[in-house]
Amino acid sequence: MKIRTARRISQVFFFSLFLFFVIITDLRYLKGYPASLFLELDPLVSFATAITTHTVYKGLLWSLLLWVPTLLLGRIFCNWICPYGILHHFIGWLFGKGRSVEKTRVESNRYRSIYQVKYIILIAVVVAAICGSLQVGLLDPICLFYRSMATAIMPTLNMIFPASVYVRQFFHSGGWVIGFLLFFLVAMNVVIPRFFCRVLCPLGAFLGTLSMVSLWRIDRDPNKCVDCDLCLKNCEGAADPHTQLRKSECFVCFNCIEDCPEKAISFKFMPNLQRELTAPQVPARRAVLASLAGACFFAFGRTSGASDRDYNKKVIRPPGSVEEKQFLDRCIKCDQCIRVCPTNVLQPTLMEAGVEGIWTPILNMKVGYCELNCTLCGQVCPTGAIQRITIEEKTGVGKFAKQGPIRLGTAFYDRGRCLPWSMETPCVVCEEVCPTSPKAIYSREVTITRRDGQQVTLRRPYVDPVLCIGCGICEHECPVSDEAAIRVSPIGETRSRERRLLLDGGVSRK
Amino acid sequence: MKDHSENASFGETSSEPAISRREFLLRVGATTALIAGGVVGGAALWQKDHFIPGFEEQQGLTLPSYRIEASKVLPSLAIAHGTEHSPVIRAAIDALGGMERFVKKGDIVLIKPNVGFDRSPALAATTHPDALRAVARLVLEAGASKVLVADNPINSPAGCFLKSGLQAVASELNLSLLYPEANFFSPLQIEGEILRNWTFFHEPFKKATKVIGLAPCKDHNLCHASMTMKNWYGLLGGQRNQFHQHIHSIVSDFALMMKPTLVILDGMNVLMRNGPTGGRLSDVKSMGTVVAGIDMVAVDSYGYTRLMERDLDELTYIHKAHERGLGNKNWQDVFHKEIQV
Repeated sequence: MKIRTARRISQVFFFSLFLFFVIITDLRYLKGYPASLFLELDPLVSFATAITTHTVYKGLLWSLLLWVPTLLLGRIFCNWICPYGILHHFIGWLFGKGRSVEKTRVESNRYRSIYQVKYIILIAVVVAAICGSLQVGLLDPICLFYRSMATAIMPTLNMIFPASVYVRQFFHSGGWVIGFLLFFLVAMNVVIPRFFCRVLCPLGAFLGTLSMVSLWRIDRDPNKCVDCDLCLKNCEGAADPHTQLRKSECFVCFNCIEDCPEKAISFKFMPNLQRELTAPQVPARRAVLASLAGACFFAFGRTSGASDRDYNKKVIRPPGSVEEKQFLDRCIKCDQCIRVCPTNVLQPTLMEAGVEGIWTPILNMKVGYCELNCTLCGQVCPTGAIQRITIEEKTGVGKFAKQGPIRLGTAFYDRGRCLPWSMETPCVVCEEVCPTSPKAIYSREVTITRRDGQQVTLRRPYVDPVLCIGCGICEHECPVSDEAAIRVSPIGETRSRERRLLLDGGVSRK
Repeated sequence: MKDHSENASFGETSSEPAISRREFLLRVGATTALIAGGVVGGAALWQKDHFIPGFEEQQGLTLPSYRIEASKVLPSLAIAHGTEHSPVIRAAIDALGGMERFVKKGDIVLIKPNVGFDRSPALAATTHPDALRAVARLVLEAGASKVLVADNPINSPAGCFLKSGLQAVASELNLSLLYPEANFFSPLQIEGEILRNWTFFHEPFKKATKVIGLAPCKDHNLCHASMTMKNWYGLLGGQRNQFHQHIHSIVSDFALMMKPTLVILDGMNVLMRNGPTGGRLSDVKSMGTVVAGIDMVAVDSYGYTRLMERDLDELTYIHKAHERGLGNKNWQDVFHKEIQV
């Protein structure tokens, strides 16, 4: 079998596996599959979260599976495993320029200095992580691809084929931004083949840095080489195999070996260092500026206050989420939680959680609500931004009865908008759907004289803050649906000691 | 010749060959066709009159009656007491003359459970899986060719069917479970007190020849109790949260909307308080009773007085339905049979 065939089999396999995991990340199909595998394999995720949290969360240890072969063989991930890389490879083949013109293809695969941008991005996000803001997920290919699938592609598929993905159509606020970003990055393959992989990918840069020490690499025998440059014809990484190999750029696709008419290229154990450029070529001043940019991002973002005093009432985090600053240490914006959420309540932010929190999950009760007996978001979260809590821990039953349930926030009435409070009309849908027992929403019967003199008896609702867990189904089901007459805000959330509401947590009134 | 050179800017007409007749006709024809197409298309699509948005005339489908012919020798209300779902339900149906009275060979039967909430069976907020299993078995034994199960829950549908245990029963007995997909709804037209034109879960009714309502017996914060009549709420879509403004009228309208073949009230375990959601085992009381009948008003009036153990006077929707001739609230007056298993 030709090595190119083997690689194609691997590409089809891993791309399908990725799609399979995206599809089964759904309450109906998620039956113990390791749906987060690609995110857990991602060494940049585990490396950066290890910097921010000083721990490697649960399945992130799987990233060693990728760490080790990269140190031995180089960036095999990029062209054999990475689903986003495979997508770009395929699109580049389909739409790429000069498909049939050999010369154009050779020229389009020469190294360009713009390819150092990914190292600059990597330095910036790593420095930001050292400061305490995890931003690898913005451009990490697995996070980016998963996010695009969860918030743009899957809803679009369901719109074209109703009920194929969801029972009811899901919506994701700002999904169009994520969708167009995907479209742009994919379309850029027409201008520069594998634009994202070569120019932007911080994971590629990370693996490229690791591959400096790899023991095997592509090697050209200068005695056999006739300088025809045909090795560039299909060079995915633009690694200059025709001259000194740029080791950290090479995707180990092996195309050059098969394309070389002189059999001058081979994959060799510890070849001569003279025939390679071992390290990524990033000028020191740019590296320093990149570090500064990362540090400034953290400083400017943090001092904007969105994670502190000026926290946004819309930032209601999923159940089991860690405290906000730690959340920004952990969340990689993969949006897998958003994909698995059965009620569509989880939405990607744009600016709600500040610049640091772009594309992190928040609850939007207008779209959904938090299902009482559900902890799926925490089950799929690869980094523990949402901890893997159990139903018992979430609802505070059994041996967790003493500490009580996890609260996402508290519901408040807007009596001016509430039908029984201000419009003499019976309602209390909120009380009906309140899932706690006893209900956190209770009502008192009153008989009032309407303006026409008629006596009407109705029930007026109240919230018991001791019992309210902030699930938001009251807000979701309120008939005043543009801005509900009862709304949840994050005050009282369990994860933050500063944002609690009741002095004693309500324990003394139980 | 001089004139020609002065006109050079208009194209060197002298040196160009005249266009052929064929080319002339083709080019003029294309232009004419597009002009004609524009005029004809525009005229065809022209909306001459305006309308008032939101006040368009509404048309909806009407549901047939799924009732069976009345019998003079068989009771139309059966009350069975016992300890387990399967034998008690079987006894109640047998007392009515067996499932064969309601389901004929080849019938496609819709069973409408109440799966409104994402709850485990023990909390009695949803139709119990044992109840669905027992009824579905009886229906299949009677020769039904297919059993449909459908509901439009308040919580997310997949979670409700999964955690109520009904999905497991559906796959065990090969029942076809219908989720409330958007294109499964069409507007329904009835002449109710409040309900006139409302979006309705129509898909199962395209095939069903018989309809069985299978409801748990439970407390309700606003309308006091949710039993077999209130169960039909789950066939409606749209902004159901407006129903609460006239809840008793709406629930009594359900008796007009739906003429089922049979209703079964599962009072084995009754949600006595904190309804309709429940949430604690202490909200549930074991009553060991199943009520089956043709008249849902009679079934519910038994349920409210004997299973919920409350005063029928406060259950406004029962009286509304009775006064509108949609059923009999005095269950004792209905030909009934009570059995102990």
